[in-house]
Amino acid sequence: MAPPLALQLVVNGFLVGAIFALCAYGMALVWGVMNIINIAQGEFVILGGFIAVVLAESGIHPLSAIFVAPIVLFCLGLVIYYAVIRYVVDKDIFVSLLATFGISILLQQLMNQIFGADIRRAPHGLGTWSYFDGIVTIEQIKLVSAVVAITVAITLVMFLKRSRLGQAIRATAQNARAARIMGIDTGLVYAATYALNAAVCGAGGALVAMVWSIEPYLGLIFTIRSFMIVVTAGLGNLAGVVVAGTGLGALENMAGFILGTEFQIAFVFGLLIVILVGRSTLLGRKRLYLK
Amino acid sequence: MIRNFLLYSGVVLIGIFLPLVFPTYQTQIAYMWLMVVFALTWDVVGGRMGSNSSGNIVFFGIGMYAAAMVQKELYFDIGEFEVIADAATTRLTSAQYLGGLALGMGLGMVLCVTAALALGSVLLSMRGHYFAICTLGLGVAVGEAAGGIEYIGAGSGMTAPLFPDALGDKGLFFSYFYFSLAAVTFLCLHWLYSTRFGLAINAIRDDEDKAEAMGLPTTRYKTIAWCISAFFLSFAGAAFGHLNLFIDPLDVAFPGATFGVWMVLMAILGGKGTMWGPVVGAVVFHITQEFFWITLFGWQRVAMGVLIVVIVVAFPLGILGWVRERWPESFGETITAAATDDEGSEA
Repeated sequence: MAPPLALQLVVNGFLVGAIFALCAYGMALVWGVMNIINIAQGEFVILGGFIAVVLAESGIHPLSAIFVAPIVLFCLGLVIYYAVIRYVVDKDIFVSLLATFGISILLQQLMNQIFGADIRRAPHGLGTWSYFDGIVTIEQIKLVSAVVAITVAITLVMFLKRSRLGQAIRATAQNARAARIMGIDTGLVYAATYALNAAVCGAGGALVAMVWSIEPYLGLIFTIRSFMIVVTAGLGNLAGVVVAGTGLGALENMAGFILGTEFQIAFVFGLLIVILVGRSTLLGRKRLYLK
Repeated sequence: MIRNFLLYSGVVLIGIFLPLVFPTYQTQIAYMWLMVVFALTWDVVGGRMGSNSSGNIVFFGIGMYAAAMVQKELYFDIGEFEVIADAATTRLTSAQYLGGLALGMGLGMVLCVTAALALGSVLLSMRGHYFAICTLGLGVAVGEAAGGIEYIGAGSGMTAPLFPDALGDKGLFFSYFYFSLAAVTFLCLHWLYSTRFGLAINAIRDDEDKAEAMGLPTTRYKTIAWCISAFFLSFAGAAFGHLNLFIDPLDVAFPGATFGVWMVLMAILGGKGTMWGPVVGAVVFHITQEFFWITLFGWQRVAMGVLIVVIVVAFPLGILGWVRERWPESFGETITAAATDDEGSEA
């Protein structure tokens, strides 16, 4: 592989990896605060993408979806929390896993009914820069999306650190019972956390629809990517999430090029198993296990 | 004793006469018994042992491909088969068909148990949701990988051999096959749960650390349980390819989002960790699912999503779990627990 081409793959990977990292950060938030692994994560992403597509088709520039999608997804997140999630928050984690899997199937099929099963994209009208005689190209939209993803992530972190609700969220994550005793309405905190995660995913999804393309059935792979990044980086480790996210992006791009695109999805899921097995074996040496 | 005898003979009579009474629904009845096998085999690992596997579908698919490929390799020139698949000339004689199917099932079974051994010894050292998500990834990864292998028809799938006319009706044949498989699975598991092995996997479910401290080789037990699950699933898969006639990696062989989730749901709906729970759950679930399919055309999958959420949120104990809470005396063991509770409250 020629060095410029490798550079191309890595650059592309880093730029899309920022979006992965964004979704992963949302998942880590819900996981850390509510002890729920949200399988519907990917569907939130795809739904955000469809909002961008709908906006683009009705003549509004899809970049505006970066603001619209989070608002819509925030409301949806609240609805889902009050309809389903609040009943499974304190249950066994497998129950919530299955419940969010059900939500994921539900959303996926609803999107299939409403938007159709075709592959869609939101045309953004931005150009491409090229270097090294056109061997390395950078699509401007990818750069924009990386910047947006990083901005959203920084805003989220500042919100969690500084705002009152953000502090309540972090307090609940540390010790829900103590937080309740201190007068924090943990139910409200959970609702806000879940809705915030959905909103973040919505923003990420709007970017995905512009950078790549979306279809209703692509959700699960985004969930798995997020999960993988969180498992690699560890909960509550933002720097780790960014590194793992961009690393995954780059690795996936390489694999897609080397193995061929038909194995790209298999590669992502295979990598999940490798990462989990790797961590489990490392822990096993110390007589510990992944739990 | 008499109650059990009536129950078992009643089920056998249903198994024999159901497809004869409703000849138009024979394929659906075969599916129903298949669902029972799904729920029972999932319950070995998920219900009795508490390792929530979401990747058992892998063994279903491996068994299916193995059986179909054996049939093809035995009697056809592979290149030729795809072209003339629909022609009457590809019809096998009954002996060829049954022989090939039996041989394919044998090979599929060996492959599945080997896969379960190899995967289990690595994956089953994980616990809780890590195991659940890892196996979920496993199911999708294997399905996607199968979609890239040219030998088994890649993403566009392949056809299984046609059912020979001499054997009579396909639906009837497979509804009896799946009924026997479900019955054999049920009886084997019933026996197995009464042995030391059953106690061991229950101990692992209740507290794995304590079980290990008591000297149980937990990973080995877990792997064996997964192999048992894979053993029965391989037969279910082998026959399903022949029942469905068309094998496709993502929708038929490794359908994680349908069969893969349903097997978990059916066990939970019926009451996981009970003997009859998975059976009841599978039957109820299958009938509901068919009902959705008929009445809500186009929206049935949306309804399935709602159903999953409702089952998980509202019936975490399952039907039999609810019965057990309501009438504990019919399950025997809970009476003493209730009695001590009463004493405790008085004191």
